[in-house]
Amino acid sequence: MEYIIERQHKFSLGLKELIRYRELFYFFAWRDIKVKYKQAALGFLWAILQPLAMMMIFTLIFSRGLRVSSEGIPYPIFALSGLIIWNIFSNGLLNSANSMVANANIIKKIYFPRLIIPMSSILTALFDFCFSLLIYIAVLIFYNHNTDWLRVLYCLPVSIVLTVMTTLGLGTFLAALNVKYRDFQYVLPFMIQFLLFVNPVLYSSKIFENGWLAWVMRLNPIANAINLSRSAFTGNAIDWMSVGLGFLVALCFLLAGVYTFRKTEAYFADLA
Amino acid sequence: MKSILEVQHISKEFFIGGEKEPYMALRDVLSNPIKRLKQPPKQIFKALDDVSFQVMPGESLAVVGKNGAGKSTLLKILSGITPPSSGKIICRGRIASLLEVGTGFHQELTGRENIYMNGSILGMRKAEIDKHFDAIVDFSGVDRFLDTPLKRYSSGMQLRLAFAVAAHLEPEILVIDEVLAVGDADFQKKCLGKMDEVSKSGRTILFVSHNMPAVQNLCSKGVFLEKGKMKFSGKVEEVINLYMNNVDASRNTWEVNAEKSSNVYIGKVETEVIGTQPKQKLRINTVLNVNDEFPASYLAFYIGSIDAVPLMEAIPRYEPFINFGRKGNQAISVVSEILLPPMIQGLYTLGVWLGSGHTNTLDWQKEILTFEITDSPMEGRTIDFPRHAGFIAAEAAVTNYSNT
Repeated sequence: MEYIIERQHKFSLGLKELIRYRELFYFFAWRDIKVKYKQAALGFLWAILQPLAMMMIFTLIFSRGLRVSSEGIPYPIFALSGLIIWNIFSNGLLNSANSMVANANIIKKIYFPRLIIPMSSILTALFDFCFSLLIYIAVLIFYNHNTDWLRVLYCLPVSIVLTVMTTLGLGTFLAALNVKYRDFQYVLPFMIQFLLFVNPVLYSSKIFENGWLAWVMRLNPIANAINLSRSAFTGNAIDWMSVGLGFLVALCFLLAGVYTFRKTEAYFADLA
Repeated sequence: MKSILEVQHISKEFFIGGEKEPYMALRDVLSNPIKRLKQPPKQIFKALDDVSFQVMPGESLAVVGKNGAGKSTLLKILSGITPPSSGKIICRGRIASLLEVGTGFHQELTGRENIYMNGSILGMRKAEIDKHFDAIVDFSGVDRFLDTPLKRYSSGMQLRLAFAVAAHLEPEILVIDEVLAVGDADFQKKCLGKMDEVSKSGRTILFVSHNMPAVQNLCSKGVFLEKGKMKFSGKVEEVINLYMNNVDASRNTWEVNAEKSSNVYIGKVETEVIGTQPKQKLRINTVLNVNDEFPASYLAFYIGSIDAVPLMEAIPRYEPFINFGRKGNQAISVVSEILLPPMIQGLYTLGVWLGSGHTNTLDWQKEILTFEITDSPMEGRTIDFPRHAGFIAAEAAVTNYSNT
């Protein structure tokens, strides 16, 4: 085994190294999950309680109060089908964007492929998703709404892939920038709140049927993922053109994010 | 045989003076592009400047230098944490670094969990950790607390656990930085023993430490860095001597580097070894600078080994004899001679004390000079004394001999 340490001139993804260190993905995610729930008396129950509470609050405000249209399906199902996607995105983005700064002490001391850190923090968000999936299924059974289960089986995985791609792209991009400009640490929570209203989590994307906002919805990968996961209940025809556009945008995010990250990661130890 | 590590013309530059903070606020970038232009040009600071050396497999190399010499930067480059600005390093084996043990430890996790976490960050596979788990626990001696969160550990226990994990890494090249700075004497001994074992098992060690006895014990070769430049590469004894001597082999004059405001202070000291063993003398000329009135004083000299072990004290006149004469520009010169015991060849340090009484120190300059003993302390013996012989060859005689 022979290798050379020098200033990097050309860009590479470093896949070989990532595979060599694959166990570290698991260890980082495992550590974050352990630490997150360690001193909570209810432990992992929180992963279930959080989406459940959010669903109840949104149902109260938007369905009972504001009477927002839920395309003819019970609002709890409507909200939850959006929320489980939204939570992967918002938690994943928040975790990964802060991950490099949070792990600065390790970065300054030991070398390993840096991409592992933001990637495994999305893994942590996916872990929470697995728990909220339990609630999701329970709610579906409770309302006994006519559900196209076959559609759930292929729509949900596709929308998760779409969400993870987007989150990873934005997450790595923000993680890299955050090392240099700590401003993003403060901007991000605000930005995520804003994005919650831009995405059709609480309302139907149908309200933007025409105009440029409809195009924003079609290009927005998260909106596409939510609509896709919802279509199993609404019975709406899937707009595959729009999903394709969403994937294209997500791919652009992913490439830009990983490229920026790889370009700047060598100097993280000097800057962090 | 091919070398396992080839460091070729490595340099590392940092910009200083441009930004105060290593990270920037976006505000500064976005606002006032004019202000940015007006900023003074950034200065380049070379933390490492054209450093080259080679390490053969199984060798233990010490990296020695004062604070700020660039040792840590060198190790960071070697372990891939930060890239060099120019030059390259060819590695023919896996490098693992112990830049401060315990990296990645989390206070909320238990000892067991931390062993796995820390081990995998350091580059161990889970299977490897499983294999060494018992040995790690055994070495650390924390087996009773394995399932207790780390935050309840004493700092000594945390350190032991951290070192235990690191000691069971199996890389071809192990980079160690200042692990011995902490921990009690017993544990330090254990660590040294383990490192010795590692180096005997044929692995290569790069060792950075200020602990010269440890460096001497562990390493056969060394490099000496000063202000980012490599000043010397070769035998570890010579590297240690360089480190101890502030680069010059023997310094026989010392001068205060700036005038002081105190009433009286040591301004200049010169030494000279005269005569031959066993009646060698150390002649010392001490010049005192006087600003104002001071109480009658006397001098004391402290002789120590090159790695700062105190050896002896000499007081030429045990009563206050140095008196104040007049204000301003007064210089007092005192020449003293110390009759040296039969000292073993080598370099020694000298410190000078000035005071008016046992507990009333006016000035104390520690280890400012070095002098060299070149004569053998024992008539007829020309071979070197080993280090374990100490510093002085005591006079001895056979008083009775019978052979029946």
